[in-house]
Amino acid sequence: MLEIKNLHASIDGKPILNGLNLHIQAGEVHAIMGPNGSGKSTLASIIAGNEAYQITEGDIVFMGSSLLDLQPHQRAAAGVFLAFQYPVEIPGVSMMNFMKTAINEIRAQKGLEPMEASDFLKLVREKQALVELDSKLANRSVNQGFSGGEKKRNEVFQMAMLDPKLAVLDETDSGLDIDALRIVAQGVNTLRNAHNAFLVITHYQRLLDYIVPDVVHVLANGKIIKSGNKDLALELEAKGYDWILETPQA
Amino acid sequence: MPDNQDQLLHDITNREYEHGWSVDLDAETLDPGLTEETVRFISAKKNEPVWLLDWRLKAFRHWQKMTEPHWGLLHYPSINYQALSYYSAPKKKPELNSLDEVDPELLKTFNRLGISLQEQKMLAGVAVDAVIDSVSVKTTFKEKLAEKGVIFCALSEAVQQYPDLVKAYLGTVVPIKDNFFAALNSAVFSDGSFVYIPKGVRCPMELSTYFRINAMNTGQFERTLIIADDDSYVSYLEGCTAPMRDENQLHAAVVELVALNRAHIKYSTVQNWYPGDKNGKGGIYNFVTKRGNCLGQHSLISWTQVETGSSITWKYPSVLLKGDGSKGEFFSVAVTANAQQADTGTKMVHLGKNTGSTIISKGISAGNSNNSYRGLVKIAPSATGARNFSQCDSLLLGNSCGAHTFPNIEVDNATGKVEHEATTSKIAEDQIFYLNQRGIPTEKAVALIVNGYCREVLDQLPMEFAVEARKLLEISLEGSVG
Repeated sequence: MLEIKNLHASIDGKPILNGLNLHIQAGEVHAIMGPNGSGKSTLASIIAGNEAYQITEGDIVFMGSSLLDLQPHQRAAAGVFLAFQYPVEIPGVSMMNFMKTAINEIRAQKGLEPMEASDFLKLVREKQALVELDSKLANRSVNQGFSGGEKKRNEVFQMAMLDPKLAVLDETDSGLDIDALRIVAQGVNTLRNAHNAFLVITHYQRLLDYIVPDVVHVLANGKIIKSGNKDLALELEAKGYDWILETPQA
Repeated sequence: MPDNQDQLLHDITNREYEHGWSVDLDAETLDPGLTEETVRFISAKKNEPVWLLDWRLKAFRHWQKMTEPHWGLLHYPSINYQALSYYSAPKKKPELNSLDEVDPELLKTFNRLGISLQEQKMLAGVAVDAVIDSVSVKTTFKEKLAEKGVIFCALSEAVQQYPDLVKAYLGTVVPIKDNFFAALNSAVFSDGSFVYIPKGVRCPMELSTYFRINAMNTGQFERTLIIADDDSYVSYLEGCTAPMRDENQLHAAVVELVALNRAHIKYSTVQNWYPGDKNGKGGIYNFVTKRGNCLGQHSLISWTQVETGSSITWKYPSVLLKGDGSKGEFFSVAVTANAQQADTGTKMVHLGKNTGSTIISKGISAGNSNNSYRGLVKIAPSATGARNFSQCDSLLLGNSCGAHTFPNIEVDNATGKVEHEATTSKIAEDQIFYLNQRGIPTEKAVALIVNGYCREVLDQLPMEFAVEARKLLEISLEGSVG
């Protein structure tokens, strides 16, 4: 589904990613861990198409064609979703209006008619229940006055609404208490199926107790330096990153 | 001075070639030029009573001594008032047989604004069947209003049918000497709306010029007078979201509102006059004087405006808070793009005790445009316990536009409470990226953010108007972010 080949990227001339390779197949959950500043969030932004970064080499192939030719909204329509680490507030724009616009813009890009209002409301109710999001939040402005946990649950709610093929979760666990973490994980686990894939970026092993990954990668200095199964995450939790960083990679 | 209309008509029609030009009462259009004769001609043409002619003449004589104001942050060449024509008979728009004959671009805009087919036909000047809905709608509308004793007609009609009401209130809120453009309007006003809501009546529907027969083409010097008697309520809608073109470049309207004891007037405007080309060429100059007088105790006047059109907008809907406990509100969205210039705001003049006012102004500038908020909050010595809250926000799209705020506050009573908040912001890249990531293209994302930014104001508009206004904002800002 996703194939990242020898990706080099920089911001303002400063290299962040240095030849990153990653292959994710449908039905898989991959976790990316790594020390601060290793390029984890950059990778998430680049997959979504943030134009602040320059791709200097390599390619990102999604569902058989390059993502690099697509603008961010086109990538979204193609099925790429990013759950933001810091969701922004958009004053005065209600969650309902925002979600309706998003769904219908994606449908428009696919040549489909706007969704019927009744179907939309049904979908909202169903997905709200999934992340235990207060129905009052849906009438508030996007992320405005939401607590940290509510913002993250709201990201998962949006993911559920848009039903992407590939969802990138950028440190969705940061700042969450254990109950919120459980709710977020439960949302992701419910959405998991044989046709979609998840890329979970996290700092802590804790999240992976709830969202069990098929593959765990360690990202350091802009490339994947080690990959393994879920036990790798436990090992990292116990030993930290230093032991990997010190080992030269083949 | 002649004391009856016949005499007046006689005098005018027989004063041939005076001042070097003839007066032809059958003329459909006057030649350019503005003299006392022009004023007399207009008045005679409308068969006006002598008191109104005198009133016009007084305004005209005063106007001659005045100079065009240029204190606004607006740049335009001085207008040659002698080069304009001040009267043309209400012309029928060219009648087309079907919408197929209408400019497809215009139809596209109509559709995007969600304007009904029926209304589209009216706006575009397509002939409609005699038995078509709109006619019967209008009839029911008139009947309903008559039942409640509401008067809603053309001002020229009111002058004939309700002269006492007109005489008692015309020019009491905006005196003829108020300002250059108000004086000019008083001298040569073409027509406009007249509304009277009797005591204790809640007007059963939104009043809109759309429902006033012959309301189209009231001309460039429109004059509106609305009187809400004790304990009454009225919501009045002015303008139209559809793009309006006009052969007259100068528009100088006057609107006067009078709210008596506990009366509530809600006045909403959507202005979308032709803004001119990219450089502002050919756009409408809109110099408007709008003022309400909260004459009665605990009365309320609320102005809501969405200004997206015109090349130049000079407009300060204001409220005089005379009655004790009265309230004034001003909710405004002003959008300028390309070379548009807007200098708009409000004046809240607190005279009565415990009067209150709220000002929410949202300016949005794009392209090379300039957008200014200019406001005055005045608390007179008599206004014990007065309070005001003002919030003036500016949003900039791009780097070559300007936003300016000129708030003036004068407090002459120590018990007065005035709060003023102002912000200037740009749409953040991360907001656009967030929306992009959810599948929303940049242009639509900007429209969504702008609509959110204006929400407090748009929420004040009557439902249907608000829906159209939202779409209008979107269309107005198209291509301004790239």
